[in-house]
Amino acid sequence: MSWLLTAVALAGLSGVPGLFMNRYGSGGERIACALIVAAALCGLGAVVQVFYDGDPLLLAWSWKIPGAAFIVRLDALAAFFLMPLCLVAAAGAIYGLTYMAQSHHPENGRQFRLFYGLVVAAVMLVVCAGNSLLFLFAWELMAVSGFFLITADDQLEEARKAGFVYLAASHTGVLALLAMFVLLEQGSGSFTFPAAGLLVAQGGSAAAIFLLGLFGFGLKAGLIPLHIWLPAAHAAAPSHASALLSGVMIKTGIYGLTRLTSFFCEIPFWWGGSLLALGALSAVFGVVLALAQHDIKRLLAYHSVENIGIIALGLGMALVGRSLGEPLLVMLGLGGALLHVVNHGLFKSLLFLSVGSVVQATGTRDLSQYGGLSKHQPLTALLFLGGAVAISGLPPFNGFISEWLIYTGVFSSAGKDVGGGIAILLIAPVLALTGALALACFVKVFGMTFLGHPRSDAVVQAKEAPALMLAPMMVLLGFCAWIGLLPQTLGPLLLKAVGDWNSAALEMPTAMPLQSLTNISVFAWVLLLTCGLLFWWLQRRRHHVVPGLGTWGCGYQLPNQRMQYSAGSFADTIVALFRFGLWTRRHGGQAGGLFPAEEHFACHTPDIVLDRAILPASSGISWLFVRLRSWVQNGLLAFYLLYIALTLIFFLLWFM
Amino acid sequence: MIVGILIHLLLLLLFAPLLAGIIARTKALFAGRRGQPVLQLYFDLLRLARKGSVISKTTTWVFAAGPVIGLVVPLIAALMLPFGTFKAPLSFDGDLILFVYLFALARFFTAAAALDTGSSFEGMGAAREVTFSCLAEPTIMFALLVLAKLSGGLSLDVLLGDHLSASWRGGSGPALGLILVCLFVVLLVENSRIPFDDPNTHLELTMIHEVMVLDHSGPAFGMILYGAALKLMVLGTLVVNLALPWATPWWALNLLLYLAGLVLLAMLIGIVESVMARLRLVRIPQVLIGTTLISVFALVLVLR
Repeated sequence: MSWLLTAVALAGLSGVPGLFMNRYGSGGERIACALIVAAALCGLGAVVQVFYDGDPLLLAWSWKIPGAAFIVRLDALAAFFLMPLCLVAAAGAIYGLTYMAQSHHPENGRQFRLFYGLVVAAVMLVVCAGNSLLFLFAWELMAVSGFFLITADDQLEEARKAGFVYLAASHTGVLALLAMFVLLEQGSGSFTFPAAGLLVAQGGSAAAIFLLGLFGFGLKAGLIPLHIWLPAAHAAAPSHASALLSGVMIKTGIYGLTRLTSFFCEIPFWWGGSLLALGALSAVFGVVLALAQHDIKRLLAYHSVENIGIIALGLGMALVGRSLGEPLLVMLGLGGALLHVVNHGLFKSLLFLSVGSVVQATGTRDLSQYGGLSKHQPLTALLFLGGAVAISGLPPFNGFISEWLIYTGVFSSAGKDVGGGIAILLIAPVLALTGALALACFVKVFGMTFLGHPRSDAVVQAKEAPALMLAPMMVLLGFCAWIGLLPQTLGPLLLKAVGDWNSAALEMPTAMPLQSLTNISVFAWVLLLTCGLLFWWLQRRRHHVVPGLGTWGCGYQLPNQRMQYSAGSFADTIVALFRFGLWTRRHGGQAGGLFPAEEHFACHTPDIVLDRAILPASSGISWLFVRLRSWVQNGLLAFYLLYIALTLIFFLLWFM
Repeated sequence: MIVGILIHLLLLLLFAPLLAGIIARTKALFAGRRGQPVLQLYFDLLRLARKGSVISKTTTWVFAAGPVIGLVVPLIAALMLPFGTFKAPLSFDGDLILFVYLFALARFFTAAAALDTGSSFEGMGAAREVTFSCLAEPTIMFALLVLAKLSGGLSLDVLLGDHLSASWRGGSGPALGLILVCLFVVLLVENSRIPFDDPNTHLELTMIHEVMVLDHSGPAFGMILYGAALKLMVLGTLVVNLALPWATPWWALNLLLYLAGLVLLAMLIGIVESVMARLRLVRIPQVLIGTTLISVFALVLVLR
């Protein structure tokens, strides 16, 4: 336990020494980075202790606030959220040394580092809190510190706007969570979290608790249609902050849902069903919205929505499995969801960090300005490619393993006659569609960014990122490869976490998934080695190559780089297929006449919920109230006297 | 097990190029020509392996990774698949997902290699390839779900195993018939055949797979041709296993039955290519969505 508390303290205070140091010096940032890395190591120590000892770590101190107690409890379930947090936080801190060096950011660097450490500490507390009030305290700390990460570049209007939407969404969520915890207290009799499976779900109250939790936690996690704050926030924040927010912080929403559902002894079918529906919606529309984006960081942010959807599908499957009494579904569903939490934390932060290196080298986030970067940034390209393969769920990387667990749950229920199983069966085609769309999207991003000819001068000047930025990415890629190539090493840990959630899930033979993971590992190694061997043979024959020739232009003599396929045209067919939910705006592009004049074309896909529903609705409401106010408060004395007279008459009548 | 792996690999490596020859010969017969020798692809592969190559200076190592992965993936995927009554040598519970995703990996790198050239034609091909696969993928899952439901298993070996002949004769015949049609369509899409793609022409703007490999040459191009032939045989095996589930007590006869099934399948593809025109590009998504719906019907039939 001392490991964990040390980690929280170190991370929380990591930015403080820097506040007292020279604005332009690098002492503060080095201390902050060292403290975060130390905190991450301590956190990993706690994780190892939990898995090694097998017992949850528990600590209970009294707290002066009524109803509150400083109860910190780290079990295997929480450890699965703590693990990616430690890795991503440390990687981001080291990356930040050069990406956001204090000497280049004297005005906001110290503040940024302070809140970076606070977010890390707060997330650690959130996943370990054993008391509602402590949980809410940590949750608020995380939300507010997150705001300062998003608005680090607050001279940009984009960042200020994104921060405002984030803050509004966050606090709406907290409102729901507050109500939820009060209801939970009435059900269990205490603000301390009940042990797994103790609470009896009673009709209306339990339904209200679940719905409030789904809203509050879903808002943080970014399930469609609650994802409104996510794309802009991740795009505006500095890249290593985006990695922390997207890789780790949004997972606290998933953690909340997982923990909340563990309290109840029986789960109504519609809980799992609604989570499956939201998960399917988020997965498919998250990736379709991502395909339609041109801003590379916004695109990655929408992929977070997609992956949260996949996690929700796994969690929903586990919930349905509990209500149907199918332990295999619980094990594979929750196992897949938890592993995907870790996986997404790893590859998404890897992607954000490598994109950060691209953005820093080129000075733009616009995909249509890139091209041919792998000539200038070969290592960044390789690292991004690893992340892209992983996030598309392809073997031999880690994304495949978690999706495989969920798929296997689906197919195992297909063989049996499970009542209500059709909801489960539909997960497989949804996941397949999501996977294929994600593949299309990452072929697009990788190809448009790193392959082909440069599309602008910014790319030609680009330099490879320094070693201190590359090293943390390599570590992340190493973990991705480890989970993909040796998935059987994580199997027992997953089983332990599933047991913490629902002990009934382990009352069955667990040999099947573990044995299959070993087989997958064999296939992954064979794939890697065979490809390596054949690639080596092909490279050895390079001396037969005719040198110095360009790409064949199909007979056209003067191709230029503007003629390459662009990001917009690559995704156009898919975007057109999903136009019913996207409403892409298109401008120009109509060349007419025998000798058409110069013509421009642009397309732009705003967010369906925020830009199409919430913003118009709220501006409509504010317009209404402005009109109302100008009508009521019109400045004429006679009217004010009339209001006073009417009020007096009203009260007179009321109290008579 | 080692023997099983070797038999599988030998059968695949030696027999696969023949199918391409049979398709070409069938098409030639329909067109009233004599056509190329049935063994033409074997000669091509031998020649390409010895040739030098032209590699655009725009490209990077990704360009070479495409053909390599395209060749390795069908080889590895075949180990999970029963060839007729020859059991899959490396079968495990849940291998069907790995099977599907391995081909996705090959698609990722083929498309990336195409984008690596910086040519707009190849970008076009890559975009179409990944787009149409998005629509084919759910169909495969529905078909596999039907088979999983009927067999109660989790591996391709069981899904395409002994239960099939009983299922055909039982009440599930119609559902199996429907997914057979669906899988045949997927086979045509994935192997870039008419009516979805034209394997014969490179240069028209309508092409998908052939235009993606436009810049490859020499041994790398040989790998692509070989990989495509292997893929045809591996995916064809899915269809043949499903359509011809009979087993006799003699292994040699079983093998002959299976190979004859593959030859018949190749001839069927040749006939389809001869009597149909390529679909307009905008029609392809509609056909694929229609196929997905057919596979949904098949699932509903087995669930009722």
